[in-house]
Amino acid sequence: MQKLRTDVWVGLFVMLGAAALVFLALQSANLLQLDFRSGYRVSARFDNIGGLKPQAAVRSAGVVVGRVESITFDDKIYQATVTIALQDRYAFPKDSSLKILTSGLLGEQYLGIEAGADEKMLAEGDRIVATQSAVVLENLISQFLYSKAADATPAGDGAAPKSNP
Amino acid sequence: MSWFQPADVGFAVRGLLTRVGGATRLFARLVSLLPATARRPDLVRDQVHFLGNYSLGIIAVSGLFVGFVLALQGYYTLQGFGSTEALGQLVALSLLRELGPVITALLFAGRAGTSLTAEIGLMRAGEQLSAMEMMAVDPVRRILAPRFWAGVIAMPVLAAVFSAVGVVGGWWVAVGMIGIDSGSFWSQMQGGVDVFRDVGNGVVKSVVFGFIVTFVALLQGYTAKPTPEGVARATTRTVVVASLSVLAMDFVLTALMFSL
Repeated sequence: MQKLRTDVWVGLFVMLGAAALVFLALQSANLLQLDFRSGYRVSARFDNIGGLKPQAAVRSAGVVVGRVESITFDDKIYQATVTIALQDRYAFPKDSSLKILTSGLLGEQYLGIEAGADEKMLAEGDRIVATQSAVVLENLISQFLYSKAADATPAGDGAAPKSNP
Repeated sequence: MSWFQPADVGFAVRGLLTRVGGATRLFARLVSLLPATARRPDLVRDQVHFLGNYSLGIIAVSGLFVGFVLALQGYYTLQGFGSTEALGQLVALSLLRELGPVITALLFAGRAGTSLTAEIGLMRAGEQLSAMEMMAVDPVRRILAPRFWAGVIAMPVLAAVFSAVGVVGGWWVAVGMIGIDSGSFWSQMQGGVDVFRDVGNGVVKSVVFGFIVTFVALLQGYTAKPTPEGVARATTRTVVVASLSVLAMDFVLTALMFSL
């Protein structure tokens, strides 16, 4: 009788641990959103990926449609090659475009994919040609400062071209 | 120079090497006794009951309060950046990656490890272990191995309970007391926590800590001086050595797992 009772308590203990793990996997982690199907891979080249990281989301209209698989640097063309895995159930035209976006003002960066108008769809191994790099804050500021400096030069001075006529 | 005898150094080094060698031998023997232990599941079950069930209370209550504190303190910090919605992610990641396994291991060393050391040490002091050897019963196989494997089983279960209770506690404070939206709390958490990278690595950590804490406790008890004072010292050493090993190993594991 004592033996059976211990069995019950130990069984309860182990079941509790299993339940805790299931709770953690389902409620606080992304097990439900995990896509175990591999999807199809397409690549794209960017001049600057900013802070994009592997496993970042690929979103279309705000919905996650894939993940960034790998980011490598190509020293032949001095561009970053980003490989993304798109889910099988979503098809995008061949001339879709990719953009590196930021969620919120200081949030993490993700890829936005915008559908094109081609009748053929992207397939495994394709390359997306139309890409837009990440916005780099320093470049923005320096552009702004240069245009300010150009505005500030007097109108009679022909040395500096004016940005607005 | 009477206080310095070169022979003393050699003696000390040799003693240290002997202890390390003996510990390694005992560890290898305990690991190799897994099949033999699996044939006596009733022994392991009794020890899981003793080490696991009785530790459940302290683990659950500690997890709850750690979750409370994490939510309060995390809210205070995140408030400065205006991103209090990330609280769920902060609570879950802290618990799953670090606090769950580490605090569980420290509590386990204090709650279960000490009792293992005292039990084995008293068996040694009362010459029960020698008596078993006289009857051709191997004490390592009959006494130590079931306790060792029971500790290795109980530790990840306790760590999972700790993390789950902590997450619920964090949710309770965040939603009930602070007033963060429940939906964004969970969705931020799910967006930032990966099943394999965070939950899986947390489980791996807790299994490693289970090996460390249980082994240290058994080793200290098995090698304790067979006197009341020796058992007392061994029990103290269990807590000190197990805690330090767990913290050091946690640093190594974190560096290996999350260095990307």
